[in-house]
Amino acid sequence: MIRLQGISKKFGDKAVLEDIHATFLPGKVNMVIGASGSGKSVLMKTMVGLVKPDAGQLFYQNLELGEMDVDQRNELRQKIGMLFQSAALFDSLTVLDNLLFPLRMFRPAPKAEMQERVAYCLERVGLAGTENLFPSELSGGMKKRVGIARAIVLEPQFLFCDEPNSGLDPKTSIRIDHLIQDITNEFQITTIVNTHDMNSVLECGDHIVFLYKGRKTWEGDRRLILNSDNEPLNELVYASRFLQQFREKAS
Amino acid sequence: MNFFYNFGRYLMMLRLMLCKPENGRMYWEETVRQMSSIGLGSVGIVAFVAVFMGGVSAVQTVYQLVAPYISLTVVGSIVTNSSILELGPSITSLVLAGKIGSNIASELGYMRSSEQIDALEIMGVNPVAYLVGPKMVACLTMIPLLVITSFSMSILGGMVICQLTGLITYDQFIEGARSSFLPYDVFFAMCKAVTFAFFISSVSAYHGFHVQGGALEVGRASTKAVVYCCVLILLGDYILAQLLL
Ligand SMILES: Nc1ncnc2c1ncn2[C@@H]1O[C@H](COP(=O)(O)OP(=O)(O)OP(=O)(O)O)[C@@H](O)[C@H]1O
Ligand SMILES: [Mg+2]
Repeated sequence: MIRLQGISKKFGDKAVLEDIHATFLPGKVNMVIGASGSGKSVLMKTMVGLVKPDAGQLFYQNLELGEMDVDQRNELRQKIGMLFQSAALFDSLTVLDNLLFPLRMFRPAPKAEMQERVAYCLERVGLAGTENLFPSELSGGMKKRVGIARAIVLEPQFLFCDEPNSGLDPKTSIRIDHLIQDITNEFQITTIVNTHDMNSVLECGDHIVFLYKGRKTWEGDRRLILNSDNEPLNELVYASRFLQQFREKAS
Repeated sequence: MNFFYNFGRYLMMLRLMLCKPENGRMYWEETVRQMSSIGLGSVGIVAFVAVFMGGVSAVQTVYQLVAPYISLTVVGSIVTNSSILELGPSITSLVLAGKIGSNIASELGYMRSSEQIDALEIMGVNPVAYLVGPKMVACLTMIPLLVITSFSMSILGGMVICQLTGLITYDQFIEGARSSFLPYDVFFAMCKAVTFAFFISSVSAYHGFHVQGGALEVGRASTKAVVYCCVLILLGDYILAQLLL
């Protein structure tokens, strides 16, 4: 479980996050949605400790992130898997070595065993057979999927995905949504997904937090999202003119 | 104010490097990789520069020694001494500041701007220790070896040029070189090499590691790294000469 209490962050004079309270439960796909620039990535980086909040507290189970000592923090980090918005693959390593890296660093095992685990993870993201390619030889969507495979290779307890399906075709996108949903349920991990893709929200959002200009203005599950009375949220959900007309007719 | 901020951050980076490695084997492998890329990757340019350095200083020494009462064996001693004391360590380090320094700064800078350093941190790896440590170890071991290569090639270059152009023979050159050679000079050259290696690796790593922004800043950081390294090398050169000679 991850709990945020009054998280705020400013860059210079610009308030990017303001007083955010939220609780993310294990075994559920938690989604943070919001328009571009609303602070989703910054919130995620704050949660994993890459960005230090100006105010507020952040609890993993019952431990506060800012109060952890170095050992506790390192122990926690090994339980975190994260997909960056830019995928952040190691350019100098092949896909295979990218995935082997965390295994070799933290869970050294016989080579065959580790390679089997890598092959399994690549299979799950639909990229079997790409082991020997370098990141520069992959498409944007493939990089994302390798990033997801690397995030889950150590069987994390906390999984963070920053826009896992931007740049993916609808079919692969759904496949990734299902993958995230499956491992969340299977291993009861706490999953947090940043997205502005309404398809994946409706497909697997168990708990949805809506950010608007750095503030949390709505939260609930996917059944409630289609008829909320939060105007900015509706603008995001019913972005296309077609859907707007459809909604007006229905009401 | 800015200087103190940067200097403090630089010291903090050096301190972070002294943590226990998460996995010794991975660190060792990375160190070997860096040693081969920094060491072997620079032998060519270092040898090339050194041969010409020695050759030119031989020719110029002969040009200046027009008085008939000075024995030309002196050319051998002058080329040897200046190669070991100054040309070998300092010029080589300046060349390496351009090659290795800009390489380290831009590699780390790119890793920072593409979030690869953040990704390492999230995995629980200490990015300073894993990325900067092996590079510094590699520089501290390989640059002294490159400096030895450099002054050897420089002396050799001087000798060959003297023979080829008929200025003096091999025997005269070697006689001069032997007459003034001091083992302490080699020790001095090694002190310089280690100091400069420390400057090159840590200063350029600092600039790369703290890049903020994109490709433009990476380029800027790499230029800055080279400039600071060169200035530090020249300052350090003077201070070491004052202290040790
Ligand atoms: N390092 C930084 N320094 C200054 N401002 C920043 C920094 N990082 C983010 N911001 C600002 O914070 C705001 C939120 O950025 P963030 O990346 O979190 O948006 P986002 O919701 O992830 O958008 P997108 O959907 O496009 O990824 C932006 O206005 C951005 O300008
Ligand atoms: Mg983002």
